[in-house]
Order: sequence, then structure tokens, then C-alpha cells
Amino acid sequence: MMSFNALIIVALCYVTMLFAVAFWAERRAAEGRAGFLQSPWIYTLSISIYCTAWTFYGAVGYAARSGLEFVTIYLGPTLVMVGWWWVLRRLVRIGRAQRITSIADLISSRFGKSTMLGMIVTVISVIAGTPYIALQLQSVTLSFAVFAQVEGVTWQTAELNASAMWVAVGLAVFTILFGTRNLDANERHNGIVMAIAVEAVVKLLALVAVGVFVVWGIAGGPTQMLERIDSSEIVLWEQNGSRWISLIFLSGAAFLCLPRMFQVLVVENTDERHLHVASWAFPLYLFLMSLFVVPIAVIGLDLLPAGSNPDLFVLTVPLHQGQGGLAVLSFLGGLSSATSMVIVATIALATMVSNHIVVPIWLNRQANQHAMFSGDIRSVTLLARRLSIAAILALGFLYYRMSGGGTALAAIGLISFTGAVQILPAMLGGLFWRAATGIGAGAGLLTGLLVWMWTLFLPSFGVDAFISQAVMDNGIIGISWLRPQALFGISGMDPLVHGIMWSMILNTAMFVLFSLVTFPAPLERLQGAQFVNVFDHSTAARAWTAAAAGAEDLLIMSQRIIGSVKSQEIFEQEAIAQGKPGFLPEVTPAFIERLERELAGSVGAATSHAMIGQLIGGSSVSVEDLIAVADEAAQILEYSNRLEAKSAEQERTARALRDANTKLTALSIQKDAFLSQISHELRTPMTSIRSFSEIIGDGNMPQDTLNRYAGIIHDEAIRLTRLLDDLLDLSVLENGQVVLHEQTGKLGASLDRAVGAAGLHDGVLTVLRDESAEDITLTTDLDRLVQVFINLIANARKYCNADDPTLQIRVTRQSGKVHVDFIDNGSGISPENQELIFEKFSRVADQGKAGGAGLGLAICREIMMRLGGEVLYLPLEKGAAFRVILRTVETEAALEKT
Amino acid sequence: MSGPPKPPIFLQRQNYRQRRVRDAARFLPFLGAILWALPLTWAHDPEAAQIGSAGLIYIFGVWVLLIVLAAFLASRIRADPPPGSAEDPHT
Repeated sequence: MMSFNALIIVALCYVTMLFAVAFWAERRAAEGRAGFLQSPWIYTLSISIYCTAWTFYGAVGYAARSGLEFVTIYLGPTLVMVGWWWVLRRLVRIGRAQRITSIADLISSRFGKSTMLGMIVTVISVIAGTPYIALQLQSVTLSFAVFAQVEGVTWQTAELNASAMWVAVGLAVFTILFGTRNLDANERHNGIVMAIAVEAVVKLLALVAVGVFVVWGIAGGPTQMLERIDSSEIVLWEQNGSRWISLIFLSGAAFLCLPRMFQVLVVENTDERHLHVASWAFPLYLFLMSLFVVPIAVIGLDLLPAGSNPDLFVLTVPLHQGQGGLAVLSFLGGLSSATSMVIVATIALATMVSNHIVVPIWLNRQANQHAMFSGDIRSVTLLARRLSIAAILALGFLYYRMSGGGTALAAIGLISFTGAVQILPAMLGGLFWRAATGIGAGAGLLTGLLVWMWTLFLPSFGVDAFISQAVMDNGIIGISWLRPQALFGISGMDPLVHGIMWSMILNTAMFVLFSLVTFPAPLERLQGAQFVNVFDHSTAARAWTAAAAGAEDLLIMSQRIIGSVKSQEIFEQEAIAQGKPGFLPEVTPAFIERLERELAGSVGAATSHAMIGQLIGGSSVSVEDLIAVADEAAQILEYSNRLEAKSAEQERTARALRDANTKLTALSIQKDAFLSQISHELRTPMTSIRSFSEIIGDGNMPQDTLNRYAGIIHDEAIRLTRLLDDLLDLSVLENGQVVLHEQTGKLGASLDRAVGAAGLHDGVLTVLRDESAEDITLTTDLDRLVQVFINLIANARKYCNADDPTLQIRVTRQSGKVHVDFIDNGSGISPENQELIFEKFSRVADQGKAGGAGLGLAICREIMMRLGGEVLYLPLEKGAAFRVILRTVETEAALEKT
Repeated sequence: MSGPPKPPIFLQRQNYRQRRVRDAARFLPFLGAILWALPLTWAHDPEAAQIGSAGLIYIFGVWVLLIVLAAFLASRIRADPPPGSAEDPHT
């Protein structure tokens, strides 16, 4: 068995190893090789400081006493983590955008960079956090005592106190060394994060090792283990529902609100995407941490003598089984849990104390003395932070001494959680509700603090320590509804659930009520909009409008806070960005805002804003500015909308112009084609007329030849005339100069006229008609209509290539229109020609047979357009089929009406 | 004046999927809360039979389910591009 001294040496070696790891990580980061340090796994492991020594040792004791209830402490954070999309993502984004240094800074920054709110949150966090630190000191001390016990030495109070003190001192040294290297609290503490990641692995390994030993080494396997659990005296499920739900809520809320959790989750976060991995990896860590808790508790209760402290089963079970090495590993796990938690908690609290209490007070006292020099605020802040670390650890140690390190301390874990959770309403309200005001937040926080102190914190010191039994029984000054554990006369509740419920209800109620009735300051409204709409990239108002200060004053001031090297770097960068390297930059509102944010990363938003405000002369944002910005944004929006509309209109115009141009080009081409066509058409008959008249002019020919030639000249002249008539007709129709002579008559009569005039006397074409369907009265230019009919019938006669040509004329009425179809039984017109036939001079069949100039259908189309109807080719019929559509039925109906 | 430009109502299939993955990530904590609230319906009468190891297995089973679902969603979910970058759809 390992001696106690050996254990001390192991512990010291372990701590030295941690120092080395921290140094190594710091050096790596300083050399710019921080890649591996900034992996999501390190981030996930660093979150595991949630699992403190209280959970490492205490969970087993908790399970031995209350069964499954211990698991609620892990379920809450699991739910928050898997629900990261709701709150954590938002917190991390805001934390990075606003360079938040702590949860107090978050609340202060959200509610108008209020110094007062920062102080309130800091005070709550310190009061709630100190007992928790004391708890860690106790755990480490007790675990030392266990090993001393093995050697037969039973530690007395003096030894316990001494060891607790040494642990506290060691932690203070480590924390000061690695936690205050940079003033910029928003920068990552690489050494510390790496050290706690290593510790996270050690504590997980330790607990899992003990668990595996218990399940497989003692119980003999999972099945036997489950049987032992069932037959054990442990009562897994005996509680009422209110505790189950309240504790899940409490642990989830504390996960967000505890300063140390905020530190690792938000402040130390280097990349939002780490949350993706942590969202499942951290729940997995918690799962593994709690998997073996019940088995260890059951075996501990079985094996160890009655009355053993179940809080130490993780150590005493291996020791009882003679597994010294395992016990030492378990001891290191407990040590890791305690130290990592204490280190991060003290850094977080010290940042809050220095930024929100010490520096504002110091600046206030310094306000009228002109004893400022470069880096003076920096050194004050660093000193304040170091002293705060020592002071907080001293407070924890004192608390441990005063409480006597007994079971009273063990009960304080959840009470401490409840205290921290008082920040929740202000935080969530600030994240999701723009109208939440600073006064509302302050009222809620103070109310919550008061109720928590009264119902949970003060009674936790035991009866008569602060609150006498009489007050517990009868309430303060005899008012019974103010009894600490039965507020408003509701008694019989679990004291913890009672405290959680009332503090949260009253806290939230005050927060909402005061937010509703107060009016936020301009800066508050600005910050509120930036927090709530952190994912929208809308135009934000500038916190600074006028810049009355010179660049030199600003440089001097920022040197006071962040030292000369870094501030000169910032100013140089800005000067380069402004295009004047080597000079001091212009003091623009944007630059002031950037500088303020840089400084806020060191001393917090409130102090940074106040200092800049002092220099600039308070020309901070006003309500009018905010409204002006809103107006401006609206104007810009309207302007851009108008531009958009205008450009759409221009687009349309351009398209119309393009179309017109295309049409004009096409027309010009058509005109050229038309001219060449027409000259060709005119030339052919002219040529024959000229040549035959020349032959006749020569004389010397027989009479019959002369007659034949004169006949040809006559025919050609007729053809020319017809062509010119057609051209004239078409031109008149196309130019809209045609005069229509409206007449009323029967469709049948018109068709009769057309058939008669189409030259069917040679009997080449048979016409099929349905006289009864043709009994329709028309009011239109009947002569023109007949011209169309004649053309269509003549075409059929000319082009129908069937052996026994037949033309069917079919008249149908369809939805207020009359369709007159001319369908022959020939081969029809091929699809590629169907589009062309209505064009001028288009002739599909061979020219010899046609004898026309190809103007007939073009004229038909023009006529029908004038008459308000249409003429179409019907592609689906067997032969060539034309449809004339007349709109005469409507006219008829209209005539009947009048 | 026509109001501010609205985001498109209908999305491409890929963006549609991504939004549903985000919806699922939003629902997950509620699923966990409901499943873990079920033990409230278990009998807590000391006289009645104890739930024992079955309860233990249930709680831890739900835990595994949540971890697996969260891991699946985390692998499918796309990170928001940092504001102002080229990928940023708002700029």
C-alpha cells in the first residue's frame, strides 16, 4: 500500500506536470502554433469543469442517499448542450462580437454598459461562488485524510485546515501565474485551457476505471451488477416530481449562469463551430461520468461498514479492495476536478471583481488627479485581478473554516447553484427581448438575490446561525407569510424547490414589470438591438456620433489601459486602413467604436465606455440619433427600392427597344425581299409582252401567229393587272385604309356566291355543303368575306391533288363564333410550309399550276383581320384545311339586344 | 414604397434540407425534456414495487439516444459563415 508521503509526491508530480503542460501550451500559442490547442475537443474537455469534485466524489454519495436524483445535475446541462441552437450559439456570437469578458460584463454591456449592473452580478456571483470553492477545498482535504487514515493516522481539524490552506495557496499561485498573463480577459488563456483539458481526461479516466473495476472486478459483469442494484437497499426512485423537474431546470440554468461555465463556454471560445462538436461530445462526457455512479454506490454500500461516508466511496472502495494504484488514480481524478474548477472559477470571479468593482472605484477616486501615465490602469487592473484571485481563494478557505467542513457544506452545492441562477432572467431577457431594461434587470437581480438569501442561503448555515428558530417558525417580526421556508404561507414544500420556485418567480416578475414601466436609455436600446438581432446584419447605430477628442488624447488613454505597444499597434492599423500610414488616424465614430471594443476586452464594456465618454465629452448616442439612424436606414431602403424599380423599368424599356429593333431589321429584310420579289413578278410578264410586241413590230408573219402572239400579250397584261390589283388591295388592307361596307345577309348566300364565282364550272372540284348549318345571319362586309371564300375555294381547285378532288365546307358555331372550314381531300400542306403560306409571294406548289403571285392568302388574312375574324390553317385534318373564324354572332346578339 | 426586401419564401432543395436540420436541432432539447419527464409518471409509492435497474436503463438509454441524434445533426448542420464574409448570404 502506498504511503501517505508517496501520495504527496505523486500529487506534487501531477501538479508539476500540469504546470509543464500549461507552460508548453502558452509557449506554443505565443509562437503562433496554437492550432491543436484550438480544436473543438479541447473546447469540449474544457467545458467539463462543470464536473467538479463535488460531482466526482459527491455524485456517488448523492446516489447512495437519494438514488437517481443525482443524475438531474447532469441532465440539465445535457439538454442545454443539445439545445445549443437556442441559447449557446447566440451567447457565443454575442460574446465574440462584443468582446465580453464575463457574465457580469454581458449583463452590464447588454443594459447600456451599466457599471451598477456589473457590480450587482459580480456580488451575486461571488456570494454564490465562494461556498462552492470551499466545497472543492473540502473534497481535496478529505481525500488526503482518507489516505492518512489508511496509514492509521486520523486527521484532526488542524491537519485538515492546514492541508486545505496549502491547497488554496497552490491554486492561487497557479491561477495567478497562468490566469493573469494577459490583461485582455477576452483573449484565450491557452495554458489554463490546456491544463484543464488534461485534467478533464484524468478525471474521466479515473472514474471510468473505478467503475469498470466495480462492475467487472467486483460484481462480475453488467448483468450481475444490475441484479445487485435491484437487490440493494438503495432506493433509486422515491422522490416527488417537483424535485426532479426543479433540479433539471436548476442544473441547466446554472450551466449557463455560473461564472466559470460562462468563462469556458463563451469567453474562452475561439470558434463558434466548436459548439457543433461540443453539442454531442459534452453530453457524452457527462454520460460517461455518471454511468458508473450507481454501481459504485451500490457496491460501496454493500462492501463497506455501515456509517462509512458515501461521498468518498470512489476512493474507499478501491482501497478496501486493496487496489492502491486505482485509489491513487481516483485521488488524482478528484484533485483534477477540484483544481480545474477552482482555477477557472477564480479567474472568472477575479475578472469580474477587478473590472466591475475595483477599477470603476479606482477611476472614480482618480478622476480629479492628473497622475496618469502609460499603463497605469493596466497595472491597477492586473494587480486587482491577482489580489482578487488570492482574496477569492482566501474567502473560500475562510468559508470552509467557518462552516467546519461538515455535511452542512455538502448541502450547499445546490444552494450555490440557485444563487448563480438568479442571473438567468436578466440574461435570457437580454438575449431575446429588446424591451428589457437595465432597471428591470437590476430589480429582478436584487429581488432574486434577496429571496435566495432569505429562503436558502442564510438558513443553510443552520438554525440560529443567522436566522433563529423563532423566525423560521413564525416569520420575521411575526409576519407568518415571510417564513423563510414557507413564503406566502405555502408550507410543506421541499425547501430547495421552494427557494428555486419563489426566487425565480419573483425575480422574473420584477424584471418584466420594471422593464415594462421604465424607458431604456439610448445606449441601452442600441445594445439591446445589437444583442437581440445579433444574427441580422442590419445597419447598426453608432454609439458615438461626434468625435470631439483628438487622436493623441485617445492614444494616451488607451495606453493607460492596454499599454503602449498594443495601443500603438491598433492606432497604426487604423491609420493604414484610413490610408495615411505613419500618422495618427482620424478620429471617426467607427474608430472610436472599435477602440472602445478593444478596451472592453480588457476592462469590460462599462469602464471602457465611461473612459471614452470622459474624453469625448459625453457626446454619446441620443434618442434622436437612434431615430435618425432608423430614418436613414428607412430612407436608404426606400431609395434602393426605388432604384430597383427604376432599373426594372429601364430593363423593360431596353427589352422593348431591342424587340423593336429586331422587328425593324426583319421588316427591312422583308421589304428588300418584297421588292426583289415584286420586280421579279412584274418582270416576267413584262419580258414576254416586250418580246412578243417586238416580234409583232417586225411584221412578216401569218395572221394566226399574230393573233396568238397578241393573245399572249393580252393574257400577260391581264396577269400584270391582276398582280397590280392584288398588290394595291394588299397595300390598302395593310395600311388600314380599307373602307368596309357593312351589310347583313346569310352565310349560305355568301357561300353560294363564292362557289359560283370560283370558276367551278369545269367540274374539276366537288363541293360538299350542309345548307342547314349555313343558316346564319351575318353583319359584316359580305363582299370582302366572299372574296376570302373565293380565294380558299380557288386554292382548293388549283392545288388539291386527289384523283377525285372534293372540298367540304363545314360550318360550326363555337362559343359565340362561327367557324367556316374548307377541307379538301388532297395531301395537304407539309408542316414546314404551314407557317409560310400566309406570307406574301409564298407559293408551295409548283409555279406553273399556280398562276398566281402568292398574294391570295396574305390578302385573306388581312381581310379577316379587318373584319375582326381570323383565317387559320388546320393542321390536323387529312387534306388542306382552312378555317375562317367570324365574330358575327356577338354582333347579332348585340343587335337583338338593342 | 414597397416594404423591405423579404427573404425568399421557397428555397432550393439543399437549403430547404438545411433549414429542416436546424429545426430538428431546435426540437431536440424538447424531445429530451419530455422523455426525461416521463419518470414523473412512475409510481413513487414506497409500498409499490421499485423501478430499480429498469429506470436506470431508461434514463441512460434516453441519454444515448440524445447523444446520437445530436451528433447526427451536428454533422449535418452547416456553420453560419462569419458576418461580412463572402459566403454570408446577407451581404
